[in-house]
Amino acid sequence: MMQDQQRRNVMRVAVGLALAALAPIGAVQAAEKVKVGLMLPYTGTYASLGNAITNGFKQYVAEQGGTLAGREVEYFVVDDESDPAKATENANKLTKRDQVDVLVGTVHSGVALAMAKVARDTKTLMIIPNAGADELTGPLCSPNVFRSSFSNWQPGYAMGKVAAERGHKTAVTLTWKYAAGDEATSGFAKGFESGGGKVVKQLTLPFPNVEFQALLTEIASLKPDAVYVFFAGGGAVKFVKDYEAAGLKNSIPLYSSGFLTDGTLEAMGTSGEGLVTALHYADGLDNAKDKAFRSGYVTAYKAQPDVYAVQGYDAAQLLKAGLDAVKGSDKLDKDAMIKAMGAATIDSPRGSFTLSPAHNPVQDIYLRKVEGKENKVIGIAAKKLADPARGCKMM
Amino acid sequence: MDSRIALVLKLVALAGLLAFPAFGSPFYVEMLAKILVLAIFAMSLDLLVGFTGLVSLGHAAFFGVAAYAVALLTPKYDPASLWLALPLSVLGAAAAAFVIGLFVLRTKGIYFIMVTLAFAQMAYYVFHDTALGGGSDGIYLNFKPDASIAGWAPFSLDEPMHLYYFIVFAMVAVFVFLTLVLRSPFGKVLVGIRSNEHRMQSLGYATFRYKLAAFTLAGALAGVAGFLYAVLFGFVTPEYLSWHQSGNVLMMVILGGMGNLAGAVIGAFAFVGLQEFFAGMTKHWQLLMGGVIVLAVLFLPGGIAALPRRLAAAREARRAALPPDAPPPAARKAAAPATPPAPPMIGKMKQGVNHV
Amino acid sequence: MDLVTFLIQILNALQYGLLLFLVASGLTLVFGIMGIINLAHGSFYMVGAYMAFVLTGMTGNLMLTIALGIPLAFAFGALLEWLLFAHLYKRDHLEQVLLTYGLILIFEELRSLAVGDDVHGVAVPALFSASIPLSDTLSYPVYRIVISVVCLLLAGGLWWLMKRTRLGMMIRAGSHDRDMVQSLGIDINLLYRTVFALGVALAALAGMLAAPISSVYPGMGGSVLIISFVIVVIGGIGSVWGALVAALLIGFADTFGKVLLPEFAGLAVYLVMAAVLLWRPEGIFKKG
Repeated sequence: MMQDQQRRNVMRVAVGLALAALAPIGAVQAAEKVKVGLMLPYTGTYASLGNAITNGFKQYVAEQGGTLAGREVEYFVVDDESDPAKATENANKLTKRDQVDVLVGTVHSGVALAMAKVARDTKTLMIIPNAGADELTGPLCSPNVFRSSFSNWQPGYAMGKVAAERGHKTAVTLTWKYAAGDEATSGFAKGFESGGGKVVKQLTLPFPNVEFQALLTEIASLKPDAVYVFFAGGGAVKFVKDYEAAGLKNSIPLYSSGFLTDGTLEAMGTSGEGLVTALHYADGLDNAKDKAFRSGYVTAYKAQPDVYAVQGYDAAQLLKAGLDAVKGSDKLDKDAMIKAMGAATIDSPRGSFTLSPAHNPVQDIYLRKVEGKENKVIGIAAKKLADPARGCKMM
Repeated sequence: MDSRIALVLKLVALAGLLAFPAFGSPFYVEMLAKILVLAIFAMSLDLLVGFTGLVSLGHAAFFGVAAYAVALLTPKYDPASLWLALPLSVLGAAAAAFVIGLFVLRTKGIYFIMVTLAFAQMAYYVFHDTALGGGSDGIYLNFKPDASIAGWAPFSLDEPMHLYYFIVFAMVAVFVFLTLVLRSPFGKVLVGIRSNEHRMQSLGYATFRYKLAAFTLAGALAGVAGFLYAVLFGFVTPEYLSWHQSGNVLMMVILGGMGNLAGAVIGAFAFVGLQEFFAGMTKHWQLLMGGVIVLAVLFLPGGIAALPRRLAAAREARRAALPPDAPPPAARKAAAPATPPAPPMIGKMKQGVNHV
Repeated sequence: MDLVTFLIQILNALQYGLLLFLVASGLTLVFGIMGIINLAHGSFYMVGAYMAFVLTGMTGNLMLTIALGIPLAFAFGALLEWLLFAHLYKRDHLEQVLLTYGLILIFEELRSLAVGDDVHGVAVPALFSASIPLSDTLSYPVYRIVISVVCLLLAGGLWWLMKRTRLGMMIRAGSHDRDMVQSLGIDINLLYRTVFALGVALAALAGMLAAPISSVYPGMGGSVLIISFVIVVIGGIGSVWGALVAALLIGFADTFGKVLLPEFAGLAVYLVMAAVLLWRPEGIFKKG
């Protein structure tokens, strides 16, 4: 698959070069460039997410005929390895050495925090296509930092709201002891308790420990009405399997932010069947944009798109909205771009969304249910949900 | 004669460092500053690994403790004073090293390697899991420490050039300091411990205390590096304490050639250089990096710093070999015993086996 | 905590401890007998898990996969020993650390090239996929109990191999005095190759057995490496019984740490290690 993709990329480059050679000289000169710095994980645990985001981004650019608002897109790519210790330097590489116009990244929240600081210090535009740390559009918000994905709080809150609506009175939350987990579970608690429920215990285990048995025993003895968890990747698969094997799946309903079942369903086998999660994207959304996006993605990459690809795709859309505002001008007027991006309505495969004053998507959070190998949409958990962005001075 | 050439080379290198900002762009100046900070880090580890014979796989803990110290000492809306933050951060790293040293120095050989790793991991979890240092996502250092003394500011770390020269100065200072330490009676005892601890004990040295002093000193100097790293990048994360960092710095030490301060500096340059070079080549650059590490261990004992001597020895051996068509492998074999770092290694290997 | 929950937690601790023993046993052999520090041990665990994923994809049967996988892993270990580790016996520990550190990078990237970066699952064999109800809400998966039994058998088997067989005798003698054993006409190189391959096979077996419950994902080797180190240090390098006792101790520390002191659960195992080292700097079962 990898080779296929590379061959296709080579082909695309070759075709692009041929077209460029054929194009009239005047047209080439008129096409201004926009320098895009992609700082994403291409190795390590999150490599598949980094690739999906990149694919999504490039798909939108390809749909636009290889340009954004008439500007040729020049990519500068850095593998961030999801290593926060190298993050500042990697971001400097793009901002200071390559002097990119916009920084796109990344998956890991710690790395994104470091990037956001660089973006702030160098006044570079930044679009976050995944990292959900609440802080990024909270206390650390900044006019030049945008997010095309979500805040950890959002799906958590929506799930809590639905759990309360479903009549559950008590819940136990469980996550790794790290920032993303803390934020998601506190979002859940907020939504659940505002709906009249009560979180009776917040369980944690050290990241990336995947021995859940002790905590499953704890849950079984607490006998809550519902359980909310925040896990992703390999840990998510193991948890769902363990939850079923412990016999809890049939007695205590399990809820989660959608990352639990995104990209992990094949690995979970039948254990995932029937799980209900909340996320800003789902399978079976009945809109034309999503259908076009999906078939385009499958044709281009011979793989099914996921939520990460959508977030990458929308990052490119968001950038285009900014570039549209400075069309035809030689220099990129950042203030004009920021204004346009902040006011944009993004026609996303997830359904259209706008940005909050803190630059986080105000979006529908879907309620999804695992059926077969899909996260089928079964409703909307929260309509036009905005992150509270506590501590953001731009609110 | 040899040492005079070495001195000239060092001075030329220093002149190069001082002149670099005149030619390099700000990005490369910052990158060089980072390498110099890592060189301090590598030298501090070399004091343990190369000179005292203590292979620590947890050195990043002290680097990270100092980095967190400066981040936590900095008030929310003001800079901290450099003259307070620097000593306190280094002291914090030294204190951590002293306490951890009390435990880990009770062990030897393979145990020591694994126990240092485990203690560093413990320190990692302290910052990762508790609210003490801002949690898993890390913490900003929004203001670089303020260098002014009673209203007079000799320099400002907010100026990239000032910061660069401050780091160059720190690197040279650590280099000179460690050179003096190693020439002192204390340093001689450490080297004696490396080659034969039992002999030093029977000569009446309380080797535990010497090792603890070396461990604490190395921790403090790693703290200097951690402090500078945090100031340079303005961001501190638990990953600074991770065992990958400890592994990387160990890599620098051996790549350059352990037991050689200049080697540690060369190692830092080589390590960062290789990383940049490979990462520019392919997505799967870690494969190349791993390959180079494996090959370096197999074919480059003594590191880069020993390369000129090894080459010279090989040439010598080839010249000395009577049959003109002598196969090169034989020459290489003949040259191998001539490399100075080899004998102590074999000595230590034997020591290690006795302990298991 | 009521009594039933408490008893179940003890069962959890025992079961987790036994699983940890399985992972650490190969490490303690290679450490203790060959004097080689092997950071790539976690990678061998990962190789085992991915082998389980790929081979069950072909054979459709985990038992068959394990039967195939063990000799494969053994051969792989012997090849690595011949290619790389055989050159390290006369070298410093430091160089062993670095070589095996390099191997981690290589294995991780090769894994990415060969299988990709997605998360995969391996089905629990149908024979053991049931669960036994323990309380009104909680059941215990049979497969976990099977793993525990396998671990106990393995511990016994290793003990028997080391203490009761001619090979074990040679191995023990070889770890005390390499040259002497060689002068007795025993091929020490072959002996070491066997021990190393055995260590790799044990790590891979742990990966294969754990694959159905842990799933298979990038970076999975790193998570077991350090905990294995802690176990080997606590138990005393080279001691099979020590590793078993230490693994159970860690199983208890981890299980009850998570339940009773969640704030410090990440530290619990290291605190246990520090306490043991204060008491016995060379592990509980220091080898003579």
